[in-house]
Amino acid sequence: MVALTINGQKSSVEAPEQMPLLWVLRDLLGLTGTKFGCGIGQCGACTVHLDGSPVRSCLLPIGAVGNRAITTVEGVGVTPSGAKIQKAWLELEVIQCGYCQSGQIMSATALLNGTPQPTDADINAAMSGNICRCGTYVRIREAIKHASKLQP
Amino acid sequence: MNTKVIDRLQDPARRNAIKAVAAAGGVLLFGFHIPTVRAAQKAAGTSPLQFEPNAFIRVDQLGTIKLIMPQTEMGQGVYTSIAMILAEELDVSLDQVQVEAAPPNEKLYANPVFGIQATGNSNSVRAFWMPLRKAGASARAILVEAAAKKWNVDPSVCQTDRGEVIHTPTGRRIAYRLLVGSATGIASPTDPPLKSIDAFKLIGQPLKRLDTPDKVNGKVVYGIDVMLPNMKFATLAACPVFGGRVGHVDDSAALASPGVHQIVVLDDFVAVVADNMWAAKEGLNALRIEWQLGSNAKISTRDVWEQTRAASEQDGVAAKAVGDASQALSQGGDRFDADYELPFLAHATMEPLNCTVEVKQDSCEVWVGSQVISRAQAVAAKVTGLPREKVIAHNLLMGGGFGRRLEVDHIEKAVRVAQKVEGPVKVVWTREEDIQHDVYRPVYLDKLSATLKDGKIVGWRHRITGSSIMARWFPAGFQKGIDIDAVDSAVDLPYNIPNLRIEYVRHEPPAVPTGFWRGVGPNNNVFAAESFVDELAKKAGQDPVAFRRAHLDKAPRLKAVLDLVASKSDWGKPIPARHGGRTGRGVEVQGAFATYIATVAEVEVDKDGEVRVTRVVLAIDTGIVVNPDTVVAQMQGGLIFGITAALYGEITVENGRVQQSNFHDYRMLRMDQTPDIQIHIIKSTEPPGGIGETGTTAAPPALRNAIFAATGIPLRRLPIDRDVLAGRKPNPAST
Repeated sequence: MVALTINGQKSSVEAPEQMPLLWVLRDLLGLTGTKFGCGIGQCGACTVHLDGSPVRSCLLPIGAVGNRAITTVEGVGVTPSGAKIQKAWLELEVIQCGYCQSGQIMSATALLNGTPQPTDADINAAMSGNICRCGTYVRIREAIKHASKLQP
Repeated sequence: MNTKVIDRLQDPARRNAIKAVAAAGGVLLFGFHIPTVRAAQKAAGTSPLQFEPNAFIRVDQLGTIKLIMPQTEMGQGVYTSIAMILAEELDVSLDQVQVEAAPPNEKLYANPVFGIQATGNSNSVRAFWMPLRKAGASARAILVEAAAKKWNVDPSVCQTDRGEVIHTPTGRRIAYRLLVGSATGIASPTDPPLKSIDAFKLIGQPLKRLDTPDKVNGKVVYGIDVMLPNMKFATLAACPVFGGRVGHVDDSAALASPGVHQIVVLDDFVAVVADNMWAAKEGLNALRIEWQLGSNAKISTRDVWEQTRAASEQDGVAAKAVGDASQALSQGGDRFDADYELPFLAHATMEPLNCTVEVKQDSCEVWVGSQVISRAQAVAAKVTGLPREKVIAHNLLMGGGFGRRLEVDHIEKAVRVAQKVEGPVKVVWTREEDIQHDVYRPVYLDKLSATLKDGKIVGWRHRITGSSIMARWFPAGFQKGIDIDAVDSAVDLPYNIPNLRIEYVRHEPPAVPTGFWRGVGPNNNVFAAESFVDELAKKAGQDPVAFRRAHLDKAPRLKAVLDLVASKSDWGKPIPARHGGRTGRGVEVQGAFATYIATVAEVEVDKDGEVRVTRVVLAIDTGIVVNPDTVVAQMQGGLIFGITAALYGEITVENGRVQQSNFHDYRMLRMDQTPDIQIHIIKSTEPPGGIGETGTTAAPPALRNAIFAATGIPLRRLPIDRDVLAGRKPNPAST
């Protein structure tokens, strides 16, 4: 049994310690908002937060999580930055197919947490690990800037 | 039924309730918003009376207005634009409606242009524009008549607004939901009055998409997110060599791997069935499979190109002939020739291929995101031997389609796995399997010849050599040796040229399966023609915009977008080098998918041959715009899709195997490389054009022509060759 804190709730899962968090979230806990894209940390679709920092859950064994708090796209909306990012995403109509957007939202929220007023260079550095095949990058950039101006 | 019936929290009580509803309901429809009252009633076994004037509209007594989507949502925004068209003529607002995917039913939901239930070729709004306006208007006319009868007044003195009929003289109002009973039974008018364009309330407004709220919070359910009671998870491996078969399988280690239930060994692939996807992947890694590689084991991309080039030397079938092209090319004027070559491409949708299936003794149920849901149903029926009506196929949202989900190979494979598995099984492909067993955009070779006289093109020949996708996918589109897709945008070249000949040589590449890819035939033909025109402009000593403009007498809409893009892009003005490289602007025009576009790209090429796309300006006339924000989004995204292909896209084959496997070697454009993109829409009252693929066809020629302007190097192949741009190797064009 591995104990995990996900979106503020404690749960324990019966799974090998080396099982990546992605599949624990999706297949064991039914939290399918976190997406499988590549399995090798190249696309960012599986991004979640550990204590507020973005990690690729497809490469993170649950045994390595320890007592750090896991936040997924299902829970990020209760954080001030997450709520701003989700609002900005809708106001600027960022999303097309949406499959990568859980990961984009998690990366953008982490950026805003650490850098409330990000520059273009900050956005490039934080977001270039997240691939969007629909090509919503122009709007993601605008939406991050928009979110940074929203009141909590 | 609805996306939220999918059991996210694995609550057994809820699961059983869902099962019961599913069993009772027969065909399930997936939508976005579940009306709580209605769901409760349905679960209790009562159903409110419903007004169903046609296949697309459902109004019930509780006020639920449901619109059935004949075209599928893969990110292009079609659920919103189609809902807007229906809602406009029905005269309801968008916040009053829910949308649901249509079930497989060719009779009710076939695309009027294709005659089959398919979403592709940028033609959802084009094909359904009038049928859906009429469907909405007809329903509205019936509701007006029902109200008029109730009030005992003349229908002509009634109007509608936001789901209510209004008796104009008295101001009396009645909601559509209160007319459900009396409207049922009133015959549909044959020719209902349509709104005039200036009366549109929704069409033309940048309304918010219906599908995005659930896409920011993780609630959305794509095919890959389907969760069913007692469901198992599987992943699979086909022979890495195209066409190879399974030889011997040693499954002892795989079966010993934790969580693995079963190894399914079939002729052409092996699947591992497990408790979860990770266990399935680990099991797959532990399998020892000996493949029978078959006859393709020596095939390489080099062979493909040698054969394609040889095939292109023969005369093709004439797809269009105007004047006398051979005479114009052989005498009088300066003759130029160039060959352009485009590579195999994978689709790489962000959502890897997947399909969930449960095969029972006398029925089969399939959950999948598909661009061709009736074909999905048909293939499951074929594999299981069941009649089609015994196959329930649920269409879910797609994490990208781009043509990959016009195929059903993944559905066929999943059904074959499910036949061997007790209960439902979700079959998910790894990214590696997805890239290496795609149905690829074919290689194309375009041989172009032209003659210039007094600065004008007087003769033009374009010979297209490549796979016929239509011959396999839609045989009616391949007649007398001509594939209508392969010559699309070549036969309707917009330039005014007196002698013109377009030829097609069908050549199927060895081993590699080919299929539609975003931009389809025009992707190839617009690239080849617009690259060649740029070279001709240079030969003629003319500015690329002015040269094109001089040949667009018969294409006023293209001329207008060209003029607009030239002015908005600072055409003719210098571009500062931001990174010390060579800079240039390139232009292209296209009339593909009944949409008129002109694009200017700006690039900077550094000494290592690396290309930065710094800005793209695009002007578009796509007729009546249903949702301008969607048009802008499709242009932005389509351009990035096209830039990605031009800069990086290439699938290569060695020893019968695809050499790329994941995003590290099949690269995508990323945030830090994304140019500034400006979109300018021209207002129009022409019928709507297609938009989903046009940005993708626009980007590569504009980008390639910008590189030509920056460096003087006329690239003739995609993706761009950095060695050529750095001077490390000669341009194949000059050899």
